[in-house]
Amino acid sequence: MSELTLTVMRLGFLAVLWLFVIVAVQVIRSDLFGTRVTQRGSRREAGRQQQAAAARQAPPQQRQQPAGGRRGRNAPTKLVVTEGTLTGTTVALQGQTITLGRAHDSTIVLDDDYASSRHARIYPDRDGQWIVEDLGSTNGTYLDRSRLTTPTPIALGAPIRIGKTVIELRK
Amino acid sequence: MSGTNTSHSPTNHTSTIGAIGAPSRRNTELALLVFAVVIPVFAYANVGLALHDSVPPGLLSYGLGLGLLAGVGHLVVRKFAPYADPLMLPLATLLNGLGLVAIWRLDQSELLQSIQQAGTAAPRQLLYTALGMALFVAVMIFLKDHRTLQRYTYISMAGALFLLLLPLVPGLGKNIYGAKIWIQVGSFSIQPGEFAKIVLAIFFAGYLMVKRDALALASRRFMGLYLPRGRDLGPILVVWMVSILILVFETDLGTSLLFFGMFVIMLYVATERTSWIVFGLMMSAVGAVGVASFEPHIQQRVDAWLDPMREFTLSRANQPGHSEQAMQALWSFGSGGTLGTGWGQGHSELIRFAANSDFILATFGEELGLAGLMALLMLYALIVERGVRTALAARDPFGKLLAIGLSGAFALQVFVVAGGVMGLIPLTGMTMPFLAYGGSSVIANWALIGILLRISDTARRPAPAAPANPDAEMTQVVRP
Repeated sequence: MSELTLTVMRLGFLAVLWLFVIVAVQVIRSDLFGTRVTQRGSRREAGRQQQAAAARQAPPQQRQQPAGGRRGRNAPTKLVVTEGTLTGTTVALQGQTITLGRAHDSTIVLDDDYASSRHARIYPDRDGQWIVEDLGSTNGTYLDRSRLTTPTPIALGAPIRIGKTVIELRK
Repeated sequence: MSGTNTSHSPTNHTSTIGAIGAPSRRNTELALLVFAVVIPVFAYANVGLALHDSVPPGLLSYGLGLGLLAGVGHLVVRKFAPYADPLMLPLATLLNGLGLVAIWRLDQSELLQSIQQAGTAAPRQLLYTALGMALFVAVMIFLKDHRTLQRYTYISMAGALFLLLLPLVPGLGKNIYGAKIWIQVGSFSIQPGEFAKIVLAIFFAGYLMVKRDALALASRRFMGLYLPRGRDLGPILVVWMVSILILVFETDLGTSLLFFGMFVIMLYVATERTSWIVFGLMMSAVGAVGVASFEPHIQQRVDAWLDPMREFTLSRANQPGHSEQAMQALWSFGSGGTLGTGWGQGHSELIRFAANSDFILATFGEELGLAGLMALLMLYALIVERGVRTALAARDPFGKLLAIGLSGAFALQVFVVAGGVMGLIPLTGMTMPFLAYGGSSVIANWALIGILLRISDTARRPAPAAPANPDAEMTQVVRP
């Protein structure tokens, strides 16, 4: 065997060996950083839900309105977190129920010692009015300053306090 | 739908981040396995071309043999552990294949053929690999759930002690060059310590799972360390005594270090108390120094470690009880340099005895150089990383502890052997997992990989689908 061939093979082998290591690390990479991101209420699904909801729930005169989802003149379109670790997070209100709590399948996952795992939920009633309901939490849910005991309609801009987190509905 | 466009983008903030679960990644494993078989075949051809100027005649059968074993392993994993880690099997296969090539390459050396039964080591190693793969398959098939091992906690302890003490039984134990860690059964010599490693990990995991709260919580804080209560020191003292006894009677530093180290690692993981590490290091230092001061075999190993050149000259002067291996190994690393001499073109056979077992790393160091050796150590590190990752992902404490114990033992063994050959710590009689010639080691380590894969299958298996959000779904249906 010529010297050149052996040198090429020698370096080639090292390259292949390292290539294997690199490929293996690439496979690991997906495990280290590869968390699966599932989007809540992706556009198509939300749209479908909404149309169904509109067809089912909306009174006839509201059905003529654009499917964009404004049920009334003062209907809120988004939920904004104004205090707490998630400050700045917004969730579009598209007729879906929003759950809040420490449970990792909640819509808004609260990292808060004062929150229960399934703390509260916010949902539209049949008139499109958004309602907040406490789900038997330990420390309670406050709307304005009063602790909730029954499902209560939410006024625009009224602060809902859960532990250290404050959220409100906005247009 | 145009109205939703503006309000849609903020939705991204509320996406759920979940652990990766669903993909089983068996195809990734298959691709990597093919790669892992091709690399040793390449190396095999390279050795033949370098030594005999021709592609070795056994290339096809060797490649097919390794490929067949890997294929069987893959199919069994696909059938019985579909969510297992995709990397461990290819990594172990690659290391095993490279070990076979290096053993075959040393078989070709006339020097080695003249001093021992070499020349036939590679086919036998392939047979041991097949046995190891058979045990791997058996573990995969019969161990449906690693938690069943928990039932055998105290039986494992008895079994491990039995295996550890076996080499001391007169007539059965065999003293090979000073270390009594082998037993002779028929024409086979077996190293029971390799198997004891796994059994002991099962015992430690089962024991610590029950006792960890007592060990972790009942402690006083002193100088930033949590000092355990006196009576909680019992277990660590017992394990320490046993490992000292191994050191004294079997005169093997590696086995002793492996068991004690494994216990300290598992104790640390179970209790999260740094003080155990401090205690462990102090106790092993005291034990090693104490024993080395009166046990001549250990003493000689330490001397050879402190001054390998003196050891070499003494051995050349035909002084009995000295060995030139340690220095030879260092020279072979040195002559390998950064990129190595290339397969088959080094002279690591000059190490003579144990060139293909304890000192096989020197062959890699010489022929593949620093670059190749680092790649090998990366492969070991990746196996250990996957083991630790499995421990992190495991949902039950027993599985967590067992995975960390097994991968910790694996890592310690690599450290003890590589450190010994490279002159970082005194030499011991352990073998490099998968690379070195030796049936017990290959078989036991395949079983170890099998158990780790079983735990990782349980850990990565997606949880049975719970109703995603009962409130949201149910109430909407109920509403009129």
